[in-house]
Amino acid sequence: MEHIRTTKVEQVKLLDRFSTSNKSLTGTLYLTATHLLFIDAHQKETWILHHHIASVEKLALTTSGCPLVIQCKNFRTVHFIVPRERDCHDIYNSLLQLSKQAKYEDLYAFSYNPKQNDAERLRGWELIDLAEEYKRMGVPNSNWQLSDANREYKICETYPRELYVPRIASKPIIVGSSKFRSKGRFPVLSYYHQSKEAAICRCSQPLSGFSARCLEDEHLLQAISKANPANRYMYVMDTRPRLNAMANRAAGKGYENEDNYSNIRFQFVGIENIHVMRSSLQKLLEVNGTKGLSVNDFYSGLESSGWLRHIKAVMDAAIFLAKAIAAESASVLVHCSDGWDRTSQVCSLGSLLLDPYYRTIRGFMVLIEKDWISFGHKFSERCGHLDGDPKEVSPVFTQFLECVWHLTEQFPQAFEFNEAFLLQIHEHIHSCQFGNFIGNCQKEREELKLKEKTYSLWPFLLDDQKKYLNPLYSSQSQKSAVLEPNTVSFNFKFWRNMYHQFDRTLHPRQSVFNIIMNMNEQNKQLEKDIKDLESITAVSGDRPGGQAESTLTTLGQSDATRPTSC
Amino acid sequence: MSVIKSSSFHTHTHTNLSLFQVLNNFWQFIQRTPCCAEVPAWWVQLHAFSVQGLFGKNSEQLTNSSSGLELEGSVRGRRVESPTDNTEELWLLHSNIDAIDKRFVGPLGTIIIKCKDFRIIQLDIPGMEECLNIASSIEALSTLDSITLMYPFFYRPMFEVIEDGWHSFLPEQEFELYSSTISEWRLSYVNKEFSVCPSYPPAVIVPKAIDDDALRKVATFRHGGRFPVLSYYHKKNGMVIMRSGQPLTGTNGRRCKEDEKLINATLRAGKRGYIIDTRPLNIAQQARAKGGGFEQEAHYPQWRRIHKSIDRYHILQESLIKLVESCNDQTQNMDRWLSKLEASNWLTHIKEILTTACLAAQCLDREGASILIHGTEGTDSTLQVTSLAQIILEPRSRTIRGFEALIEREWLQAGHPFQQRCAQSAYCNSKQKWESPVFLLFLDCVWQILRQFPCSFEFNENFLIMLFEHAYASQFGTFLGNNESERCKLKLQQKTMSLWSWVNRPSELSKFTNPLFEANNLVIWPSVAPQSLQLWEGIFLRWNRSSKYLDEAYEEMVNIIEYNKELQAKVNLLRRQLAELETEDGVQESP
Repeated sequence: MEHIRTTKVEQVKLLDRFSTSNKSLTGTLYLTATHLLFIDAHQKETWILHHHIASVEKLALTTSGCPLVIQCKNFRTVHFIVPRERDCHDIYNSLLQLSKQAKYEDLYAFSYNPKQNDAERLRGWELIDLAEEYKRMGVPNSNWQLSDANREYKICETYPRELYVPRIASKPIIVGSSKFRSKGRFPVLSYYHQSKEAAICRCSQPLSGFSARCLEDEHLLQAISKANPANRYMYVMDTRPRLNAMANRAAGKGYENEDNYSNIRFQFVGIENIHVMRSSLQKLLEVNGTKGLSVNDFYSGLESSGWLRHIKAVMDAAIFLAKAIAAESASVLVHCSDGWDRTSQVCSLGSLLLDPYYRTIRGFMVLIEKDWISFGHKFSERCGHLDGDPKEVSPVFTQFLECVWHLTEQFPQAFEFNEAFLLQIHEHIHSCQFGNFIGNCQKEREELKLKEKTYSLWPFLLDDQKKYLNPLYSSQSQKSAVLEPNTVSFNFKFWRNMYHQFDRTLHPRQSVFNIIMNMNEQNKQLEKDIKDLESITAVSGDRPGGQAESTLTTLGQSDATRPTSC
Repeated sequence: MSVIKSSSFHTHTHTNLSLFQVLNNFWQFIQRTPCCAEVPAWWVQLHAFSVQGLFGKNSEQLTNSSSGLELEGSVRGRRVESPTDNTEELWLLHSNIDAIDKRFVGPLGTIIIKCKDFRIIQLDIPGMEECLNIASSIEALSTLDSITLMYPFFYRPMFEVIEDGWHSFLPEQEFELYSSTISEWRLSYVNKEFSVCPSYPPAVIVPKAIDDDALRKVATFRHGGRFPVLSYYHKKNGMVIMRSGQPLTGTNGRRCKEDEKLINATLRAGKRGYIIDTRPLNIAQQARAKGGGFEQEAHYPQWRRIHKSIDRYHILQESLIKLVESCNDQTQNMDRWLSKLEASNWLTHIKEILTTACLAAQCLDREGASILIHGTEGTDSTLQVTSLAQIILEPRSRTIRGFEALIEREWLQAGHPFQQRCAQSAYCNSKQKWESPVFLLFLDCVWQILRQFPCSFEFNENFLIMLFEHAYASQFGTFLGNNESERCKLKLQQKTMSLWSWVNRPSELSKFTNPLFEANNLVIWPSVAPQSLQLWEGIFLRWNRSSKYLDEAYEEMVNIIEYNKELQAKVNLLRRQLAELETEDGVQESP
């Protein structure tokens, strides 16, 4: 609270950044410990969580006051005009402090209290159980087993404790392999396809340099291919562009040499690194923020940002992965550099294409818990939760959500959840309101005692499930189907509802989706009404009118008498 | 028909995968059955055989193309499918053919038919001579010089006509709708013989204060004789949209008192009006050198002139050609696709037209001012703006009937030269100045608004697509000719069938009805930001992608809506029954 110098400023104007008529709302601005709040003359409230603030900018003084522009991580941009420069300056400084916390313990999640007791909170954390998930996939089995090698985070700090590996891979092999892999992230199971007996495995790049080899690593890969009785060949997908991977060799890292590993097919898929993705999004947002944007500037900006090209690259990689498993029953090992960004994208998206379970609300939560949270996608660094290195921030997870959105567009009936669900999850990876996305790996989360001190997001989303249901979902038609999206360029569109989520003037004024959703709800209620009505009329209608009421009364009486007679 | 050189030929059932994999539809001629002797020469009839294998395992795509055909078939004539011999027929109207290419590889000839609705069909025909014969027949048949040889003059409907569409939207009826509210306007028959303005209909609505003599004078001062007439009357505040051709001021600033009097007659005392010139100022200034021009402030002091820049003619045609070319290329990478989409400028045109329409609607509804809209001739961009402003302002124009009336009034009778503008489409090489997708742009703009207000229109996207198809190639006479005068001379009413006769039958209407429609009496303001505009996939990607999943989702949506209606009806029925039972009880017990 010591950062807050002014808690309330009146007569502040909120400008609409896309309105052509320079419309503005006048109201009062409040600063709380967690939020910035603007209440306009119609008592409409705009809440902005401090953690959502990506940047605050004070523009040159104008005749009407001092402009303050706030850009948020959920792509909200607000443009205030504060009448007095002094107030503006105070708010500006406060927000600078409040939006960048130095310690995890200062994040909102540690003070957020949704009025639940400890038992409820704990149950919330137990809602998604990854051990259950591996069981659902069919592991352990005769070829795959749970390894205790990382039980104490000794081999790999950024992996979870529980890892599944081929049964024939002994502990020395695992240890040896982990020493040959960047950050110790050796090949482990990410997804097991029960009917094809093929596996998606993930790891980081090998420390191969120009010629180094590691027999244990070679053995581990061989063990993975042997664990698949359906196809002895396995794919190794390096999700980086070939040039990047080659450059890594000079630093003693690199990629697998096909000659040293038996039965592997090596493949680059060319997804760019976190820095390229960060600046790509930056460009995209710059273009879209322009007032009075022309169609040509929009499309040339979209093109030069490269954003959709990157989305397509991620999607293509996932399709390659899914095809290898679905069409060839081949296991696939996926890696990038450290195996926590591109690898997470490709493994999770590939699993989603293969397994309809991940297209349900609960399944999608499981998928995020597994491939992103447990395998150490560095949420806190990528989302910039703390005041840290801006070069570590990158919209990797946002890209994953966007790929899923593109799939929902191509397959409108294949997903149990809707767009609002994706947007809500995106909101919360940045909000730091719940503990799930705080920290960079499981070990760190345990040290922070998140399960004791914070709440899990998932039970709250499940409670609100109604909002996130896709009314057109058909669990039958695409139940067992592998999704085969078409990635021809024109199928990729700008995701307006994400990047202009809060710019209401840009959206359709009527939403088919909401209407159908409400109608679906209404239908359920009507079905119930009909049942009730039918039971009443059936009873009344069976007998001549005169006796109808007496029948009802008798029924009622017998009901009433039952407890005593029993 | 002497142009038919080869009426029967055979090909092997060989599928060429390498060449045109981009096509959804890949058909092979196998034969022309004897029964086709009775088929008139206005169709290309294609039998498809063993179509599987075209997309390998992706059979959905194929199934989809077949279902697409079904629609086509019912629109265009008939489609015969016999499950036993695995053949299908595709009937293609000759006038739908935009261009044809021939190719030869050894003895195998290939004909690529490019249609005005952007579809591309490839035929492999063994035998060079046969191939050439077919190609030249198709070429000759698809470029008939005389309108009266076109199919609508020979088409006999296979449906029962419930209502003759030629009489569905008479100007008198339309005026009747207004007459209770507008006392300052009258229906003038000054153009009865098409002598005052050849591109106007016989009846037009003009200010009551202006007599026919004055109108004749004004006609000499306006391009093409197109004197200002009423286009739309805004019931809410009595303001109007008028349209005309450009004033013929020339370089020496000619003026016409009657013209000034005519348009001033629409102003309320002390009120100002707006003139929207769809051309940029410099173009309007240049027009003076050719005898055209714009309204000088000095002579029209009560009017404020606003210049917009809606492109016309070949600029639009080139835009369309580029866009369609880009949409047909499935191999291009993302950067190329986006840069070609941008370079086509199609969405820029959409934005410009919508912006101008919004401006017009704003002047009327928000500023409470009357407006006059014109460009040069007043037959293209002018009509785009006047008709779109009505879509925005007038709930009736968002109903099926009202939209048909709008097209009849603001496009057909207003003299948009359909015959010229829609002579060729995206694949032609002729580059004639008068070919231009003005009407398609209008439909695209309507689609953009429909997407933003999906519940405010009684019709759906298919209705717009159908209109696009019929504007370019049709068995009906509605879009033939360039104006009412030509249509009269062609005796279309007597010799051809109206599109509306076919569309306005319940069985057809059901396909074009929007299940989400709920009458919305408000003015609907669309967003024209680039982020809000979209490529009209239903038109431009129609033949290039499978819409199976989207169609299924749409069906599911319709099911939910129908089910909802069903349930509500049932609940109401049950409630009534229950109420009846209860009253019966009451009656029996009360005595």
